[in-house]
Amino acid sequence: MSEQLPPFQRFLDGHRDVVWRFLVSAVGPSEAEDCFQETFIAALRAYPRLRPDSNPRAWVLTIAQRKALDAHRRRARAALPVADPEAVDGRPQPAPQARDEGLWEAVHALPARQRSAVLLRYMADLPHRDIAEAIGCSEEAARRSLHEGLTRLRKVVVA
Amino acid sequence: MRNEHLTVETALRREARTAAPGGDRAAAAARRVAERASAEGIAEVTYSPAESPFGELLLAASSRGLLRVAFPEEDVDSVLERIARRISPRIVEAPARMDRARRELDEYFAGGRRAFDLELDWSLVGGRFGRRVLEVASEIPYGGVLSYKEVASDAGSPRGSRAAGNALGSNPIPIVVPCHRVLHSGGGLGGYGGGLHRKRWLLELEGALAPTLPARD
Repeated sequence: MSEQLPPFQRFLDGHRDVVWRFLVSAVGPSEAEDCFQETFIAALRAYPRLRPDSNPRAWVLTIAQRKALDAHRRRARAALPVADPEAVDGRPQPAPQARDEGLWEAVHALPARQRSAVLLRYMADLPHRDIAEAIGCSEEAARRSLHEGLTRLRKVVVA
Repeated sequence: MRNEHLTVETALRREARTAAPGGDRAAAAARRVAERASAEGIAEVTYSPAESPFGELLLAASSRGLLRVAFPEEDVDSVLERIARRISPRIVEAPARMDRARRELDEYFAGGRRAFDLELDWSLVGGRFGRRVLEVASEIPYGGVLSYKEVASDAGSPRGSRAAGNALGSNPIPIVVPCHRVLHSGGGLGGYGGGLHRKRWLLELEGALAPTLPARD
């Protein structure tokens, strides 16, 4: 057996930044911590079953994307605002003034699949094939969702 | 249309760089994942660096006990990869979970501890004879020594000195399992996986050898 899984700590170190960036953009800074914990704990449980030749980045973002969707649903039930520019935990947020609030409102107003496609493409830098895998659709459908999402954003941002 | 798409894409890329960096907060969140995974037993192996007079050791433990003590020259990645292969890839770095082992080693190196009170996990020991040899070595008291021949004999193979030497040389838990207390019957130091200068240093610390020049390294 030449291929083998690296120790989980290496996997965690290698993907923590992209998962954090994706989650902060998907659910806001105050909920990102919980989603991050849930994502990597779920990944650790399933880790020995991950095939060494699969794409670990796409795999962990698939989990993160599900955790983000769960958080969105919880928040929809609790009727909390989606945009969350302020830190709830009291720690200062990095450069909050740099956030393009109009753009983020528009991103969060997108239908779930389009939002996921846009965030996975631009926050996590995933190729179309991996976006398709993460949201569980065909590559063609992923391309379409991304395109439709960008078209909607264009209307809001450019208008 | 192309240009307008580009405008949105550019804005999104800028946000990815500025509005949600990973960095320190991601690193801190990852440390909390590792500590929690270790505390709740979701990770099967926990490791941590530990300062010592020899430099930075690596300690690794399972839920059963201490698995591995690695010297500073050993490559951390290969040590962890071997553990991943032999035991489980569910391995995290969680220093808080290794506090007790680290404290006992500190006390030992300071001369204040003569025996370790740590559970051991022998999973990385190769073979039944190797296990018996290391069990015999682990019972040699502080300040005492045995010869390779005596250890082989106590492990059930009076003519197995060489095999006993090999087993001691690949002891995965050196210092805590005191393979340094095994010498040639003529008084020669024999070998040591962590380097002979360290074997001498440990034996001097324990008073089993007369001190020579201070050679800490």
